[in-house]
Amino acid sequence: MVLSKNTVNSALFLVMHMLSVSGFYLSLNAQFLAVIQILVYAGAIMVLFLFVIMVLNMDEEEEVVSRVDFKQIFALVLSLVVLAQLLYIAGSYTGILPDLSQQEMLAVGTVEAIGDELFTTFLLPFEATAILLTAAVVGAMLLAQKNVNIEDEDE
Amino acid sequence: MIGLELYLGVSALLFVIGVLGVLVRKNAIVVFMCVELMLSAVNISLVAFSSYMGDVHGMILVFFVLCVAAAEACVGLAIVIAIYRNNITADISKINLLRW
Amino acid sequence: MNPMAEYVWLIMAIPLAGFLINGLVGLSSETYRNQKNVIGWLATIAVFVPFLISLQIFLSMSAGSEPVVVRLFTWIEAGNFTSDVAYRVDQLSMLMALVVTGVGALIHLYSMGYMKDDEGYWKFFTYLNLFIFAMLNLVMANNLVLLFLGWEGVGVCSYLLIGFWYKDMVKSSAAKKAFIYNRVGDFAFLIGMFLVFRTVGSLDFDVIFNNIALFTPDLAFWVCVLFFVGATGKSAQIPLFVWLPDAMAGPTPVSALIHAATMVTSGIYLITRFSALYMTSPEAMLLVAVIGGLTAIVAATIALTQNDIKKVLAYSTVSQLGFMFLALGSGGYVAAMFHLVTHAFFKACLFLGSGSVIHAMHHVEHELDHEGKKLKFDPQDMRNMGGLRKYMPSTYKTFMISTIAIAGLPFFSGFFSKDEILAYLFNAGMVGEYGAIYFVLWGLALVAAFLTTFYMFRLTLTTFHGTFKLPAKVKGAEDSAKYLHESPMNMTLPLWVLAILAIFGGLIGIPEFFVSTFTTADVNVNWLYEWLRGVTTRETIVLSVTTMWILAFIAIAVAVISTLLAFRMYNSDNADASDAAIKKRFGALYTVWEDKYKLDEVYESTIIKPGFNISDRGLAVFDIKVVDGTVNAIGSIVQFFGSLLRFVQTGVIQTYAIAFVIGVILIIGLLIF
Repeated sequence: MVLSKNTVNSALFLVMHMLSVSGFYLSLNAQFLAVIQILVYAGAIMVLFLFVIMVLNMDEEEEVVSRVDFKQIFALVLSLVVLAQLLYIAGSYTGILPDLSQQEMLAVGTVEAIGDELFTTFLLPFEATAILLTAAVVGAMLLAQKNVNIEDEDE
Repeated sequence: MIGLELYLGVSALLFVIGVLGVLVRKNAIVVFMCVELMLSAVNISLVAFSSYMGDVHGMILVFFVLCVAAAEACVGLAIVIAIYRNNITADISKINLLRW
Repeated sequence: MNPMAEYVWLIMAIPLAGFLINGLVGLSSETYRNQKNVIGWLATIAVFVPFLISLQIFLSMSAGSEPVVVRLFTWIEAGNFTSDVAYRVDQLSMLMALVVTGVGALIHLYSMGYMKDDEGYWKFFTYLNLFIFAMLNLVMANNLVLLFLGWEGVGVCSYLLIGFWYKDMVKSSAAKKAFIYNRVGDFAFLIGMFLVFRTVGSLDFDVIFNNIALFTPDLAFWVCVLFFVGATGKSAQIPLFVWLPDAMAGPTPVSALIHAATMVTSGIYLITRFSALYMTSPEAMLLVAVIGGLTAIVAATIALTQNDIKKVLAYSTVSQLGFMFLALGSGGYVAAMFHLVTHAFFKACLFLGSGSVIHAMHHVEHELDHEGKKLKFDPQDMRNMGGLRKYMPSTYKTFMISTIAIAGLPFFSGFFSKDEILAYLFNAGMVGEYGAIYFVLWGLALVAAFLTTFYMFRLTLTTFHGTFKLPAKVKGAEDSAKYLHESPMNMTLPLWVLAILAIFGGLIGIPEFFVSTFTTADVNVNWLYEWLRGVTTRETIVLSVTTMWILAFIAIAVAVISTLLAFRMYNSDNADASDAAIKKRFGALYTVWEDKYKLDEVYESTIIKPGFNISDRGLAVFDIKVVDGTVNAIGSIVQFFGSLLRFVQTGVIQTYAIAFVIGVILIIGLLIF
């Protein structure tokens, strides 16, 4: 996706990525999140992306790697450094995991478990997220309107 | 049993690909999609830990991350549309009015 | 504790209040400035009331009273050093306070008449009150810091008052000159103060006087010399006396107050106050005496050649101050204070009298102007005067009385004080290791006394006797004599008061030998000596009574001969001829005297011009190139770095994203390791 020239192709690759991630979640016994992922991410957000791509008519080819200049090399190097660091961290934990049976691992990702926590301990963030989403929608509407004559409005 | 390290390795790899994409690509929409990629990588890591530790809080955090990602995608795309309207281009290396 | 001493702070506060009221209200309100009577009376009363308070305190003290220290509040507190605003009530300071406030009040009264037509009337009285405040601080302070405050304060007021008619450049320059020469002396005074502090650890008089033993002879010498240099600045001795004649540019009451009676005597007061320290260093006292003697002679010779009334009186002041320093240098501190007091009386009277004369001559000029004749003549030149005794009897009589006093003719005040100085000089010649020098100084003092009498009578006779010369000297002023008139009451009253004091003021210090020759009773008529005995030390008198009588007669003889000579030469309108005769007699020497020994020119070429050149060529260039250059260089360095750093801001988001990633790397690196 990152290296694809065509923008729509990139978007479709991302959709595939979302589905794969959903598969990951399922293998981790997180059923609720797997489904939510497909519903929200792949179903709504990616659709939004595609809408915008279509509206802005960005289907043209563009040169991804126009010239291999210093900036690209530098970015590659930096990314590799970050990768190295993260892998180091990932490999260095020892013995912090508790011994759990399959049954318990299964119990974590169920809807009941998540809902239990969500509506008791995390009620406030939950409601706040609702407000956040509303605000985001209103903001997006305002930002993307057609140019309205400002002279009609105040002063 | 698939060990936890594998999942973490996948997450790291996806994250770094996302970073690379943000730094290299010139199209604004693609940069955005790479940001989504990074968020998703973090989500994987969170869910993995949550599952292996038996703690449900990780899942809940993923839930919220999902919501925030949605909101952010919404607003970000609106901005891109606004910029595109004024400048006809979505090439972010050309949008440099805050230059010295 | 003397109960009256509680009111000491009032002595200081009332002139300060007068200054503030006259100053602030005068500054803000035009109508107040025109209330000349209110301003004048307010200022005069603001000095007269302290006089009454001082008198009360004075009368409640006796010669044996212990000094009382009245502490008002702590002024400076810095580490180990504290300095209070504290006043010392003892015999010496009360004597000085009486002189300052008494003569000051009279001069305030006089100024009400003299400055009547001046538009800066309110400013004048404001400054006068400030001056009295500063001078009182000087004489009543209990530590060197407060004394220095008063010392500088009188210097400032001197500047303000000399340059009172500031629109005239000559007068402003005279004021500047006075202040700068004073400052040079003050610098030496400060260094002396530093030395004292280093030795004793405090600047309080009590602490210093209890610890005189801490001063090694070398240290004592240097402190005394440095204080003395400060005194030469204030009291106009060689080498810093050149400001005093120029200071005559100020109004006459200023000359009377500051340059006759009070400010110039502050040097004498300082040395008297520290008499205990001076007695430990004979070398310093020798230096004081030598400088005093030289000054007395130099000033007397210059005064002989001057034709401006006020200049003659100015040089006379310098000369008399030289006498006082002669006394200080030979251990006669009481004699010096005695002469200070009598000099205040007769010199103030002389100055005020001259002011009266100048006032009249100005009036003549004014009236001639009204007639339409615009004549230019110097109203202060005594060759234009003469015969004024017909028109200004009060002025003439008081002037003559004061002249007799300064001449040292018997039984007037000047006689007693001058005679005592000569006696102490001769006495110092008999004791100590430097006796020979003191004998020479005694001879010089006699010559100076001769000259004093001579030029003072020259002045008086030329001005008041004979006929009025203006009609003869200036064309068009033939009948100007009809405009001459006596000064108003508020000017002649102070003249009379001072003249009476000049006559009888000597009675406070009749030397013992006068009486002990005639009676064997153990009564001490030298009241002043008794009074000041506790606060000053003095050299012991080894002269026998006979010697003292002989000395007295020599002094009288000198004075009488000089008087007769003066009368012969100047009494009958032959001033010009007599002056020419003297000139012929002394030839080149006379020109030296007339040029004031070219001291001003010497200072100009050796100190002022080089200093100016250093400033102009050296320091100014340094300031512009180096100092400004450094500041500009710093600015341009910052600018340079700024121009390099601004390229970080590209405006492209990805650059910032790269920065993010670098930051993330660093942080994770930190966390790992």
